[in-house]
Amino acid sequence: MSTSATDTAYPQGARAWVGRLVPLALVVLLACLPLLNLHLPGVLPGPTYTPGTLHLLALAMVMAALALSYHLLLGVAGLLSFGHALYFGFGAYLLGIVMSELELGLVPSVLLVLLAGVAFSLALGAVSLRVTGIPFAMVTLAFAQAGSVLVRRDPGRVTGGEEGLRLPTDYVPAALVGVADTRNLYWLALAALVLTFLLVSWVQGSRAGHVAEAVRENELRVRVLGMRPFLVKLAIFVAASVIAIGMGMVHLLLNSGAVPHIVSAELTISLLLMVVIGGVGSRWGAVAGAVLYVLLNQRLTVLAQAEWVHDLPAPLRIPLSEPMFILGTLFVLVVMFLPGGLAGTVTRLRGARHRGSGDQRPGAERLEDVDDDQQAAPVGGARP
Amino acid sequence: MSTVILLLFTGVGLGAIYFLVASGLSLIYGLMHVLNFAHGVFLSLGAFLGFEVASRLGATTWTGFAASLLVGALAGAVFAALTERLLVQRLYERHIEQVLVTVGLGLAAVALFDGIWGTDPKFISGPPWMGRTTHILGANVPNDRFVAILVAGLVLLGMVLFLQRTRYGMIIRAGVENRAMVTALGIDVRTAFTLVFTIGGIAAGLGGVLASHYFGYVSPLLGQTLLIFAFIVTVIGGLGSLTGAAIASVLVALLQQFANYYLWGTGDLAVVVLLAVVLLTRPSGLMGRRA
Repeated sequence: MSTSATDTAYPQGARAWVGRLVPLALVVLLACLPLLNLHLPGVLPGPTYTPGTLHLLALAMVMAALALSYHLLLGVAGLLSFGHALYFGFGAYLLGIVMSELELGLVPSVLLVLLAGVAFSLALGAVSLRVTGIPFAMVTLAFAQAGSVLVRRDPGRVTGGEEGLRLPTDYVPAALVGVADTRNLYWLALAALVLTFLLVSWVQGSRAGHVAEAVRENELRVRVLGMRPFLVKLAIFVAASVIAIGMGMVHLLLNSGAVPHIVSAELTISLLLMVVIGGVGSRWGAVAGAVLYVLLNQRLTVLAQAEWVHDLPAPLRIPLSEPMFILGTLFVLVVMFLPGGLAGTVTRLRGARHRGSGDQRPGAERLEDVDDDQQAAPVGGARP
Repeated sequence: MSTVILLLFTGVGLGAIYFLVASGLSLIYGLMHVLNFAHGVFLSLGAFLGFEVASRLGATTWTGFAASLLVGALAGAVFAALTERLLVQRLYERHIEQVLVTVGLGLAAVALFDGIWGTDPKFISGPPWMGRTTHILGANVPNDRFVAILVAGLVLLGMVLFLQRTRYGMIIRAGVENRAMVTALGIDVRTAFTLVFTIGGIAAGLGGVLASHYFGYVSPLLGQTLLIFAFIVTVIGGLGSLTGAAIASVLVALLQQFANYYLWGTGDLAVVVLLAVVLLTRPSGLMGRRA
């Protein structure tokens, strides 16, 4: 967007080169972590080769991939969904159920769940996308709520109700089961994140992605150009949902089970938190927001149990021992004072350095784009 | 037959509580285009403070109950007004960010209530009369349902009178209709915004106290659970419509009660199905303006 024609060829080439090399180096470093003995006191619970730390990092990567899929919805297509957790939970629960009920191995089960997921998200997406803006948020919330009720009610004794579902380990390769194999699960999560990043970049850069961005800006104009916004939005919706379903399956393996929390509205709200803290409209922002969220959540839970917190007077102790209070407050502060989140702030700082080189506050503008969409299509939004 | 009568009264009683939450949501959305995710928190705070006052003054006395209603309404009003002034109003005209701020406030406040009052439900009992039942057409209807219906009826009446008869009511109605025009006429809509939030807070606070008697307990999740149903009621009724909210509240609550009793406890699912059907046939809700 901001690469102006005045840039000479050399710095531009160098920048592209650096832009490709840095992520590659990062992935290589992350892949080597289980073999290294690194300490990051205050950030990670222990040395990087220990199962506890690897599990936390793997969880952060799964959440980062899930946040990337949410970025497709909110950042690219401007769809504010409150039911994205439904697809995550669908993947986790259905994989467990298919393996134990149909007695299938991991690979055929995964393929079956993905196939079912395409049909499922296609059907629900087609219904939800009949409305836009706030009503769309409400419908997705309602569907997710129905899913959450179903999972908790445990029909046919397959979901385990409040207790949750245990991973049927008989059907999973031995290399992915047990604390000793957390390394393998970590690599699986890393691979899933890299794959998701490439997939999301591809979808966003594809024709459908461009049309979806155009629809976000001005749906009427896209319509006039002879394209069908509904189909494009549905395609993006299905892509985001299928990625979430895939991540749900990784999450099932990683945690050796699924609990009702992963289908709840709270999880979707957490995703919204991650994407907004990271910066709406930025892929790296979604990843950074998710990692920050997962690490902060873990650290704050540890803080809540710390000895010195218990000795504080009540007005200090109570807020400090509630991780969600601190995260919620942080979120409010980011929305109010850092429009564009982390990514927007980085862009702004960079913009301050090379003055005049391009768009500042991308995230903030994107949020307003989502907003315009709602204003253009008020209650109901069905246009003649 | 007696079961049907009982379900009817419990349904309308529950509908009264839904209305108390949904009416504020609907007015706020209608005027400001803000979907207030912190609305359930106003309710929980009202319920908790009402509970505290009632247990100090004697939970089983009428004075205690009246004081808890008063304190609940006041707590909701103050919290809502502060929310609007300190958080929502600063993000003027940035609707998505206003929604996000209320989402964050909701999360933080629920966690704070968890810390102050604990996650376990606090059981509550009102004056003895409210725990007893009245015999109507062969059904024994718990008396607290009548109190809920009465209070919700008074709130509806009060809101209608306020909106129809007062100057600020007129500004709010005009603002819901066409905000740009009201602003262009040189009227400061910001006071109206705060007022609408305060009114919503009063209704939610009252709803919190009554809900704690209806369900028999107070917990930080009480507000969040009711909020989801209030959202559904608001959408079914038509965003921004007070009458729509009143009709939809009763409709949703009745459907939920009857489905729970006759269709093997599927009340919550039935409500979601109703929402889907309404959105597919009338995307703007029952009383929403133009489809």
